[in-house]
Amino acid sequence: MNGALDVALRLLAVFVVFLTFPLIVGQTEHKVMAHMQGRLGPMYAGGFHGWAQLIADGVKFAQKEDVVPTGADRRIFQLAPAVALLPYLLVLLVIPIGPSEGAVGQAVDAGIFFVLAVMGVGVLGSLMAGWASANKFSLLGGLRTAAQLLAYELPMLLAAASVAMAAGTVSLPGITAAFEWWWLPWQIIGALVFFVAGLAELQRPPFDMPVADSEIIFGAYTEYTGLRFALFLLAEYAGIIVLCGLTTVLFLGGWHGPWGAVGLGWLWTLVKTALLAFVVIWLRVTYPRLREDQLQKLSWTVLVPLALVQIALTGIVKVMIS
Amino acid sequence: MTPASAALTTATAAAGTHGFLSPTGVEIAFLLVGIATFGAALVTVTTKQLVHAALWLVATLGGLAVEYLLLTAEFIAWVQVLIYVGSVVVLLLFGLMLTKAPIGPSPDADSGNRWAALTVAVAAAGALVWVVVDAFRTTWIDLSGPASGSTKVTGASLFRYWVLPFEALSVLLLTALVGAIVLSRKAKADTTPTPAGTPTVPGSRREKEGAR
Repeated sequence: MNGALDVALRLLAVFVVFLTFPLIVGQTEHKVMAHMQGRLGPMYAGGFHGWAQLIADGVKFAQKEDVVPTGADRRIFQLAPAVALLPYLLVLLVIPIGPSEGAVGQAVDAGIFFVLAVMGVGVLGSLMAGWASANKFSLLGGLRTAAQLLAYELPMLLAAASVAMAAGTVSLPGITAAFEWWWLPWQIIGALVFFVAGLAELQRPPFDMPVADSEIIFGAYTEYTGLRFALFLLAEYAGIIVLCGLTTVLFLGGWHGPWGAVGLGWLWTLVKTALLAFVVIWLRVTYPRLREDQLQKLSWTVLVPLALVQIALTGIVKVMIS
Repeated sequence: MTPASAALTTATAAAGTHGFLSPTGVEIAFLLVGIATFGAALVTVTTKQLVHAALWLVATLGGLAVEYLLLTAEFIAWVQVLIYVGSVVVLLLFGLMLTKAPIGPSPDADSGNRWAALTVAVAAAGALVWVVVDAFRTTWIDLSGPASGSTKVTGASLFRYWVLPFEALSVLLLTALVGAIVLSRKAKADTTPTPAGTPTVPGSRREKEGAR
């Protein structure tokens, strides 16, 4: 009974994080973008600096009619948002936030592989949406999504493999536990490659070619309305949380920090994740969108070689110190 | 002896000898997932809608990953999802989208050699099942002990006892990679020297790019 209660509580905690953190990131994005562009952003909903704006948005989305185009493949069209969103919920389960045994939803032996595998499944949702909408802009968006995923999956895997080599384990709590401060300069190339490739996999600016609103309306999500559209947006923000949390755990030492081992570790994880999320928003405001060919070129001629260099460096240092 | 304790002793005896008539929960789950996977595989090859076939393939490969998990091979299960669901099926869908797979059934999705295909499939399945059953006849996984399919165990056995097949496979894959590059460069060389005066036919050019 105690075990079942424990599992239920963990699942509940992860679910609450999954529902609230994306909203916090979304609201932060509203405000940060506004201030970077010299305006105020939402100010009315909820009273204090428009804190309830996203809740109001959610109510609005829920009220809208759920339209399925006549020519669309009905079942796949309706299934796509769930396929896009659920993988991120599963990934959140295995990200450790503290040093103790209980600070992770479910410890998985091959954590890195689980995380990368499940995140790859999420992209299937965009592909399904792009094809099933029976809309040429959606189809173009789906094509670009697939091309982008194929290009950026490899550098992301290689960068993750490098840190797994350094730690000598593929479990996420194990990697964080093995972290030392000098890993930061040692793995910095891998960290940058991982973060950039992750951004591209989430289709965040400057890698938002698949949803480029000035060219193909909104890519694979063009035909979506109401709650299903909101689910795709939620998937994007949950993706930001997952990517920042993973980069924190793999490359920035997770819970390591002053007083990290004595109970404040979870705070360090959250602070690092939040800082990275801020960087994600910052990049959106500052960088113009990459063209499709620039996007492919960046992956194959810059990120993949850099990731290979990082793996070689990791191997050399690892052999020298052992 | 009370009936309850009698039932208990027979249950433990059955567990000790791994009786086929008193399956455990894991075995039942394995069987059910296997049936679902087989069904998804059948739909994959029989459906007339191309993209649906690719998506049913996702269900099939995912079901296989669950089977690996139930056999305690965690590492293999995640790699299965990563490589097959995450990359191979995405590549398939990319190809289907590039060729504008229609919504609704494609009348030419059926092949004329379905009986030959069925024969080969049944023969291959028979051979595989026979080999596996013959090799692992009475082997049982000890679920209470240390995981026998964890990353550590898999890595150790791969690089300690199976290095030669592993390396041979990687050389084979490298050969395939080089071959693919050579073929694609040959196709490119064929398309470039078009005479300046004759306009290229858009359809044929697109086909060649798709093939690349």
